[in-house]
Amino acid sequence: METLLEQIESGKLWQFPGGIHPPEQKSLSNQAAIGSLPLPEYLVLPLKQHIGANGQLLVNKGDHVLKGQVLTQPGTNWSLPIHAPTSGTITDIKPMPSAHPSAMPELSIVLTPDGDDTWCELETRESLDGLDNKALIDIIHHAGIAGMGGAGFPTYVKADSAKTIEYLVVNGVECEPYITADDMLMREHAKDIIRGMEVMMSILSPQYALVGIEDNKPEAFAAMQQAAKHNSKILVRSIPTKYPSGGEKQLIKVLTSKEVPSGGIPADVGVLVQNVGTLFAVSEAVYEGKPLIERVVTVTGNTIHKPQNVWALLGTEVKHLIYSQGFTPVEDQRVIMGGPMMGFTLPTVRIPVVKTTNCILAPDNQELAVAGQEQACIRCSACADACPQTLLPQQLQWFAKGQEYDKLEEYNLFDCIECGACSYVCPSEIPLVQYYRVAKAEIREQKLEKVKAERAKERFEARKARLEREQEERQNRHKRPARSAPAKDKAKVSEALERVKQKRPEQSAVQAAIERAKAKKAEGDTSALEPDNSAVALERAKRKEQARKYKEEKAGSNTSSAPKDAVAAAIARAKAKKAAQAADSIESQEQDPRKAAVAAAIARAKAKKSGDEPKQGSEDDPRKAAVAAAIARAKAKKAEQAPEQNSVSGSDDVKADDPRKAAVAAAIARAKAKKAAKGDKPATEAVVKDEPEDPRKAAVAAAIARAKAKKAAKEAEQVEEPISEDEPEDPRKAAVAAAIARAKAKKAAKEAEQVEEPISENEPEDPRKAAVAAAIARAKAKKAAKEAEHVEEPVAENEPEDPRKAAVAAAIARAKAKKAAKEAEQVKEPIVENEPEDPRKAAVAAAIARAKAKKAAKEAEQKEKPIVDDKTEEDVSSDSDTQTEALSPEDKRKAAIRAAVERAKAKKKAQEQEGNDLS
Amino acid sequence: MTLLYALIAIGALALVFGLILGYAAIKYRVESNPIVDQVDAILPQTQCGQCGYPGCRPYAEAIANGDEVNKCPPGGEATVKKLADLMGVEAKPLAGGEEAEPIKKVAYIREDECIGCTKCIQACPVDAIVGATRQMHTVIADECTGCDLCVEPCPVDCIDMIPVAETKQSWKWQIDAIPVKQLD
Repeated sequence: METLLEQIESGKLWQFPGGIHPPEQKSLSNQAAIGSLPLPEYLVLPLKQHIGANGQLLVNKGDHVLKGQVLTQPGTNWSLPIHAPTSGTITDIKPMPSAHPSAMPELSIVLTPDGDDTWCELETRESLDGLDNKALIDIIHHAGIAGMGGAGFPTYVKADSAKTIEYLVVNGVECEPYITADDMLMREHAKDIIRGMEVMMSILSPQYALVGIEDNKPEAFAAMQQAAKHNSKILVRSIPTKYPSGGEKQLIKVLTSKEVPSGGIPADVGVLVQNVGTLFAVSEAVYEGKPLIERVVTVTGNTIHKPQNVWALLGTEVKHLIYSQGFTPVEDQRVIMGGPMMGFTLPTVRIPVVKTTNCILAPDNQELAVAGQEQACIRCSACADACPQTLLPQQLQWFAKGQEYDKLEEYNLFDCIECGACSYVCPSEIPLVQYYRVAKAEIREQKLEKVKAERAKERFEARKARLEREQEERQNRHKRPARSAPAKDKAKVSEALERVKQKRPEQSAVQAAIERAKAKKAEGDTSALEPDNSAVALERAKRKEQARKYKEEKAGSNTSSAPKDAVAAAIARAKAKKAAQAADSIESQEQDPRKAAVAAAIARAKAKKSGDEPKQGSEDDPRKAAVAAAIARAKAKKAEQAPEQNSVSGSDDVKADDPRKAAVAAAIARAKAKKAAKGDKPATEAVVKDEPEDPRKAAVAAAIARAKAKKAAKEAEQVEEPISEDEPEDPRKAAVAAAIARAKAKKAAKEAEQVEEPISENEPEDPRKAAVAAAIARAKAKKAAKEAEHVEEPVAENEPEDPRKAAVAAAIARAKAKKAAKEAEQVKEPIVENEPEDPRKAAVAAAIARAKAKKAAKEAEQKEKPIVDDKTEEDVSSDSDTQTEALSPEDKRKAAIRAAVERAKAKKKAQEQEGNDLS
Repeated sequence: MTLLYALIAIGALALVFGLILGYAAIKYRVESNPIVDQVDAILPQTQCGQCGYPGCRPYAEAIANGDEVNKCPPGGEATVKKLADLMGVEAKPLAGGEEAEPIKKVAYIREDECIGCTKCIQACPVDAIVGATRQMHTVIADECTGCDLCVEPCPVDCIDMIPVAETKQSWKWQIDAIPVKQLD
């Protein structure tokens, strides 16, 4: 008994089952030598011409490229580069019809040749000396070589096989009718093919390299044998002509008797198959340094005057190819890419030749009959006899028609090589292969769906688990030892935190802090180039987190919450400061300093007033507050309506931009919003009864207020230091005030978003609309705030005390904005007295509120300047009466100073605190 | 006496076989897939809630408890058919009168219109939307199940459901691409 090796050495061949003998039609095109084509007008180079991923574009529209220049950079994932097939200019990079039965557009480079055909610099070699496998594989990879037999599998991947290869099988079979590209290539370039084989052999070191050539190509066989004479490891074999002996699995069977397992690849049985065209390309790449930019294409068929093989540059359109060889279309002309058995009819001839295109067939209707009508299967089983994979085509057909995909897989549909032998022999003209193709695509899609569904399920479940966990955490927080009143608030805050967390998959406060840090950063250096300080931000966030934790611990043991507030205030201040910096960079407009000063004063007064209020807040008449809130809302509404009207008439009816008015209006709105927010809880019923107002309006007003608060905060930071020494006051107060302001701002934001519930009682309004309105209003408020800021410097000159006051006011406002964050969470239940909250939570909430206001402001600036001005004017006129009632200038000033001092202290404390934490 | 022997013999046999059967029942117990899991595996896992249940699994549980099998529009007729087969009931057309073959869609956020409100993020059952407050959001198209749930909460209506584009990979051969004429 001979071993397999001996059998192979002795030239024994095996047989694969099935197979057919269609008319060969090869003499049409193998009579003439391989011709060359005139340069086409343009070349279309799809980025992806093989199996795998495409590379990254390296060139741009308008670039001039040289022949052989690399156009895409290969990445991982079986990606290959493409190269310029000739020198010329890249005129376009766009999706173009691809060489696929669907002709679906694919991103392609359109290259217009300059006619010079100038090569780029090529690295030629005489031998493989000094090149290790990796270097060789690299050369093959960067030459963009993909299997040229049909499938287009990247050659470098095959060459890089981890498995030991016993036999390198070279496919020169070319079993499909009409095609003679490999035949002619072997006749003319046998030496180069053998050289390419030797390159592959040096990489893979197989025992033998077997060349299979069908016995209908004696010239090619002789040429190859001649060229391979010197190498005893290369065995050239002439195999019987039978379709589809050129199939990878069939050829392996014929030459080595091995069978590739179902679902496996040839490497599983120690075999690697390469097409002769591929090997020629490898030889060109390694020895000549030429990338894969052209290939032999058989242009044949009865409608072609000069059927022959040609060297076609990749990217040449099929149209150019056939017309260059002389083409007279017949009625219902079909042009087929590939052979008559496995090729596909092109939907258009404006499709480029790609790396896998071996034949363009333009038959007339006699030589290749149009498929007739499908008849019923007569169970003749001719298909089963013809099947080279010993499948049961008839059975598969039933299942495919019945869409029984499980059965299809059971019957090994995926072992079908789609050779078309079954369809060819079918007396009923059933397009069996078509059925299999559809079924395969369907099964693949279903599998993909299944995977996707599985993933979706996983994600859904993960989300559910997360939500549950958060719920639990929240409840645990409830259960914690009740620390008097704030415990309840805490729960609400945590609820808010939950919400915040839900927004992000990451749930830690650190994350929130990072977010905040980022937001800050964005504010801080919008104009400057962005340095990458995310690491720093992260650091800071972490530090803050630590500080917060420390704070919490401390608060746990110590009922005094003053330091907490201080920290909160400090954070708020820090933010405001950043904002102020950003604001500074905004170029100031020409303003009337006096007016501005007045406006600032008013604003300050209000801020102060409201800053003081929170302390007495619990005693305040809820009804009053409600009324005030209603008024504020009414105004906000008016303001909202105004822009709508004005947007029609344009901005001409608006008076010249008066920043002062804007500032005043802003201040008033702020005060009102504050009040409204404050009175909100106890007053809800009252409001509903007294004035069936829309919460939407309130939201708008609140939004305005928030924006203003922010503005004020900016101002405050600038004047801070001088004030800090004045009077020792209670930092807690400041913190409280701050918290209130924040709460309000947040509240507004919340309302705007959640208008649904309140509205359902009051008015069946569209919540979306309300939200939009709120956003606009917010934007406007912001705008107004900005304008006010421009006026600031002049103020300082005119009234020496002003800056201080402003600072105070700002501090309060800032504080309030922050507080808002806290309160917002509690909105649904009655407001518990304003107790210092966990600064972290407040900060998170504040960050959210800030983000929204800013966003809105941006939009507004771009689109709605006239509206903003208009609106603020409205506010001024309607509010002027209310503004003065509450404040006496004396009060104002005192309070302002006090507030400033408080702030200063809070800051100091916060710093100390932070210092402690760090240490 | 004979009767007694017979009774004892039969009783002993019954005991022995009973023990054998009991042992086999425990030892060779087949872990059968509970019906809920089987139903859940058929459902498309879009978690869209169009069936009226908060997710696919709850609906699977409901089906196992006797609910109708035709409430899953994203699954289309194919799913209804499979469910009907599994549950041994008659396949009905989809309850909402939807098309039999649902078009696969994914959500798309028009990013320049997004105001960064995070509402869609909260609505997404599979966490397929990324973004942060004030930052624009975007949909991870590969993870989107096309459930529609994010469209409603968006305050500025910047989310579209767009059909998944056909690619070369998802393209299917058309059997009847060439119209066949019957000659008389």
